[in-house]
Amino acid sequence: MSVLLAFLAAFLFGTGTYLLLQRRLSRVIVGLGLIGHGANVLLVTSGGAGGISPIIGKGDPNDFSDPLPQALVLTSIVITFGVTAFLLALGFRSWRLTHDDVVEDDLEDRYVATHMEDRPVGEGEDAERALAEEEDRA
Amino acid sequence: MNALIPLPVILPLVAAALCIVFARLRIVQRVITLTVLAVDVTANCILLARVDDDGIAVTQAGGVRLPVGITLVVDRFAAIMLVVSSLMLFAVLIYAIGQGDVERRYAAFHPVYMVLAAGVSASFVTGDLFNLFVAFEMMLMASYVLLTLGGRPDQVRSGMSYVVISLVASTFFIVALAMIYGATGTVNMAELAERMPEVSPGVRTGFSLLLIGVFGIKAGLFPLFFWLPDSYPTAPFAITAVFAGLLTKVGVYAIIRTQTLLFPIDARQGTLLLVAAGLTMVVGVFGALSQDDIKRMLSFHIVSHIGYMIMGLALFTLAGVAGAVFYTVHHIVVKTALFLVAGLVERRGGTGRLSHLGGMMHTAPMIALLFALPALSIAGLPPFSGFVGKFALVDAGIAAHQWGIVVVSLAVSLLTMYVMVRIWSDVFWGAAPDDGTPAATLATTRSIAPLMWVSTAVVVLFTVGLMIFAGPLYDFSERAAADLLDPAYYVSAVVGGRP
Repeated sequence: MSVLLAFLAAFLFGTGTYLLLQRRLSRVIVGLGLIGHGANVLLVTSGGAGGISPIIGKGDPNDFSDPLPQALVLTSIVITFGVTAFLLALGFRSWRLTHDDVVEDDLEDRYVATHMEDRPVGEGEDAERALAEEEDRA
Repeated sequence: MNALIPLPVILPLVAAALCIVFARLRIVQRVITLTVLAVDVTANCILLARVDDDGIAVTQAGGVRLPVGITLVVDRFAAIMLVVSSLMLFAVLIYAIGQGDVERRYAAFHPVYMVLAAGVSASFVTGDLFNLFVAFEMMLMASYVLLTLGGRPDQVRSGMSYVVISLVASTFFIVALAMIYGATGTVNMAELAERMPEVSPGVRTGFSLLLIGVFGIKAGLFPLFFWLPDSYPTAPFAITAVFAGLLTKVGVYAIIRTQTLLFPIDARQGTLLLVAAGLTMVVGVFGALSQDDIKRMLSFHIVSHIGYMIMGLALFTLAGVAGAVFYTVHHIVVKTALFLVAGLVERRGGTGRLSHLGGMMHTAPMIALLFALPALSIAGLPPFSGFVGKFALVDAGIAAHQWGIVVVSLAVSLLTMYVMVRIWSDVFWGAAPDDGTPAATLATTRSIAPLMWVSTAVVVLFTVGLMIFAGPLYDFSERAAADLLDPAYYVSAVVGGRP
């Protein structure tokens, strides 16, 4: 595996992870894309050194590049593409609902953590409202 | 008979395509999906009987031979998982049809449900590591859609975090596959089992840890389970029942399969898995204790019981793995039953919050009965199957001299009982909330469709059936465990002729 490709994969993973931990959803999605690309680069390099196209009759079979990782990478790219499309649709839906790009907290979790004695007044949206009211008062 | 092996994968995929064609005719969609799942259950039962009599069944997808083709392998463990998962999918589909809501409103429900069924079956049937990745992705993609069907704000939020974490887990899986292929030159599980001893020990341990990490995220192992109670409760009850019963167990299946088949003794992470299992049990049950919503409580509870299954595997003895197989089958059925009953509770009581429910023993005694049976089973009371499973695991732990995990599992069992008792006393005992509290005005009780009753009753009957047939099921689990702990048998069935 060439050193350059190894560094490329490492760089993609590093940048992707940094973006993944951001607050803004658009950056999270870009980060996921980069991580996916890094993994695909690793998958391509796992086939060993390159060679001529692996088509029967083109030359000596020992000079062929390994076709299996290329097939695996195709599958993986398509899967990542589909999931990223879905994630973008979810992000758009979230923007339509909240007009904001931020990854939200789990409000039920925070409510349970801070209010063990009092009971919340309702479920789902009501807990959000109750928590928001308390924060306004505080 | 080998033609039955790809059937649980192909039929649901064809059904999904047909359901999309008939998107406007809900009746036709229902007929298609119910028929296909019924055929699935029958085929899987026949396959189970045949595999138990004759041993491992192997076929090559498309007739393409090794080392180029994809192998489909069904041994005893895979067969029992196929049967139980298709039964649960069938029952939950009936429940979802009765529940209305998402099933009636969205034409996408039936095709996506079929893709989920195909993905789950494919991950049990496959004998190739990359095909396992594809099967996981099929299953996950369907679960993303089912989780967010409805587009409510809380669904979108939790769906986003679920998708992001699953995508990261899939990326790790690709990395692991790339490294494994680079080191050994194959992704076929049987061939990997042959070539893994030639890889250097440090690299082997690295692969083992990486695969445990990937499947641990899916299964909900400590410390990788935090996404589970976050995302599962926001889905409709039928969907959560399917997720709880099946998706995590696919992760457990993958851990058991890769640890026993691919890695020789020195690379199996026995101690690490024991520690992780113990912590999973403890953190899961403590998380469940602090919740107020019935769905979140049950979701944390799932995590706790994943610990039991991994404990059985981590002992790596015949008794331990047999206990793990038995417990997995038992847990799929009982957890699905509990979630379906919780759906009934929410319908009748109008809310899922324990603080606003009460007195259902008088208003809905049938639901109380349907809850009591699986709850007692999961708490581990004799003569239920939960007792048999926990006894088997504790027995195996004592035989292997692992006192720490035995003590932890017994203590967590007591706490599990406490969780169930708490749900029982909050929901079924006491007085019903009177009309003065805000809860009563907010609560919207709806009627429970007959189909919901029928499917819940059927699943609870399965838990009783597990109790009655616990003996034969445990014997079968022992045979399955003997197969699992003997990778040479699997390899010879796939690569060479049959022994």
